[in-house]
Amino acid sequence: MRMSTRAKTAVLAVVIVLVSAGVPSPTRSADPGPIKVALLAPTSGSAAAAGHDMVAGWQLFWKEHGGKVAGRTVETVVYDTASNPTHALDQARHAVEADGAQMIVGPYLANEGLAVAPYAVQHRIPLFLPTVSADDLSQRQASAFVIKVAGWSSSLPTHVAGVWAYEQGYRKVVTLANSYAFGYENAGGFAQTFAQKGGKITDQIWAPLGTADYTPYISRIQAAAPDALFVEMVGADAVHFLQQWSSLGLKSKIPLIANETTTDQSNIRSISPEIVEGITSFGHFAEGRDTPATRAFIDKYGKAEGVLPSYMATSFYTAAQWIAQAIENVHGNTGDVGTLLQAVRQIKLADSPFGPMTLDQYGCPLENVYVRRVTATTGDAAKYAKTWNVVTKTYPHVSQFWTWKPSDYLKQPVYSPSYQGYTK
Amino acid sequence: MDLRFFAQNALGGLAYGSLLFLIASGLTLVFGLMRIINLAQTAFYLLGAYVGLTLVAHGFDFWLSSVAGGVVTMVLGLAVYSAFLHRYHADPLTSLLLTLGFALILDDGILALWGGDPRSVSPPPMLRGSIQIGTLVFPEYWLAVIAISFTVAAIMFVSLRRTMLGVIIRASVDDEEMARGLGVDVNRAFYVVFAAGALIAGIGGLLGGPITSAYPGLDGELTPLAFAVVIVGGMGSLTGALVGSILIGLVNAFGKAMFPELSYFTIFVPVALIMAFRPQGLFGRKQ
Repeated sequence: MRMSTRAKTAVLAVVIVLVSAGVPSPTRSADPGPIKVALLAPTSGSAAAAGHDMVAGWQLFWKEHGGKVAGRTVETVVYDTASNPTHALDQARHAVEADGAQMIVGPYLANEGLAVAPYAVQHRIPLFLPTVSADDLSQRQASAFVIKVAGWSSSLPTHVAGVWAYEQGYRKVVTLANSYAFGYENAGGFAQTFAQKGGKITDQIWAPLGTADYTPYISRIQAAAPDALFVEMVGADAVHFLQQWSSLGLKSKIPLIANETTTDQSNIRSISPEIVEGITSFGHFAEGRDTPATRAFIDKYGKAEGVLPSYMATSFYTAAQWIAQAIENVHGNTGDVGTLLQAVRQIKLADSPFGPMTLDQYGCPLENVYVRRVTATTGDAAKYAKTWNVVTKTYPHVSQFWTWKPSDYLKQPVYSPSYQGYTK
Repeated sequence: MDLRFFAQNALGGLAYGSLLFLIASGLTLVFGLMRIINLAQTAFYLLGAYVGLTLVAHGFDFWLSSVAGGVVTMVLGLAVYSAFLHRYHADPLTSLLLTLGFALILDDGILALWGGDPRSVSPPPMLRGSIQIGTLVFPEYWLAVIAISFTVAAIMFVSLRRTMLGVIIRASVDDEEMARGLGVDVNRAFYVVFAAGALIAGIGGLLGGPITSAYPGLDGELTPLAFAVVIVGGMGSLTGALVGSILIGLVNAFGKAMFPELSYFTIFVPVALIMAFRPQGLFGRKQ
């Protein structure tokens, strides 16, 4: 059965109201025992580095707070998803059915999130997604049980990038992104707003994730001679691309407009400064943001881990802060799922390591988007890294729907190679 | 297609192919001689890279670190061979499973020891520049990788053709039983070949670092390419490994640049064609 978007929105609203009204809470015994949280993270497999950061960020918060909130102990169990959606789903099932987890935080990869979400919805288990950014989990497949706590949608920062690029005077841009959902959504967000302003996307290249040799793609981009290149890369692909882009001499010739992950701290910390310094990127996090909330966090994280935090670590720290505050607000009564979810939705972080955050009704934060530039670290941060992303401009309170009305935006399909938001 | 585009991809493909040769040469010789399919060969490459980059981070010379990475890898390779693999000659299925297991252990060991962040490697200081001819820019270091791989290939060819050990290896590949019957110490040849394969792959790890960087899982991405080289060139043939590496390197470069939406397809089309029309590979012998 197909529903119109408006109907879906209405149904969603009704569901939220019903859930919020409250399922009758179970009779409370004197000692409710610990709050059991399942943390799904890829601690092995291709995304193991991210998994490590997620766990480190989450545990840093609870260590600071003695593992307690509202007088109750919070018991976190880490389940390894092995960077694999099937395994992630098995682990979620095991956490809930065998170990009695009351909420799930994580996993990391979009495909893991898409595998776990239907299970959480069916079993009425709150699923908090600090890093899974698949657009549709807070858009066309939004659910009352799934919330991108301290999270984001992939195309949220790149909508801004498209507008910014046009304002810089760029008119012909090529995009290079990995051929999977995250890449399509990053490139699509950029392409749609850039083309809407009047810019021209002259070529879109999709490279398989795990490409070691980017030089043929770079050679093709050089032949196209665009005004700028929009690029989305993650993990080792980002390292390969940035190294090869610089060694083929293009860094000084074609300006880069990078997405968040390309210059994430987890990638640039291992790259020589001259390869990355000066690159512009767009993200909802900037470890070099000069405000007390961000500074205090990177300082704590540096002391604990010896490096500056990636956005993954920061997401899980902030998610812990967010969820703890919600548990506080319901006085530790997490047994009532509806009340808990409503409390989570009502949290307004005046300032977090990301900046101010509140949720829209689809479960994605309204948040700052930073135009970032990679520069040499200064002050205390220099102890932990050579380079970081500092803020050159802030777009406050950005919605995943950018400036469109949600109902209009949701009429278009999710970004894919065949739909990038403009007509070719 | 302008001249710059052509030259850039030709050189890039050659450099990447040279790197593949360092991995595939060991793979093909070990198979030719012992009928062992060594799935841990690319994990050897990765181990060499990590040992090498750790030494470089401690201030050691780049070339020395690269060789040290190779030696550590060779020692480990020999341990694996003498403790387990030597029992499974001519038993491809068992050796395949066994080496797959070692690849997984190595990969997770690397993850535990070095963490999962991708590590980039800078070329040695004297090779950090680029040459520029018109609009063509090409890193000096990549030219060095091409030169080193061709030198390694030359040394291997000469050793195989002109030394006594080479004669023994070739005789054992051709007819192991006959060689044994003539009193040749075939076992020694086995050890030497396995050690050399691990050594070269391990040295290649740091040499390739500035191109492929290093991260757990890199081995899994290189394995299909290394096997593509061996299949195209012909199992057991060193000439085949060289020609196959260059071919796969060039096809990879031009395929991606001209048909970016078909990148894996363009690599495995030649593999499929060769399997269909010349299953023994370009330089392999009919079984």
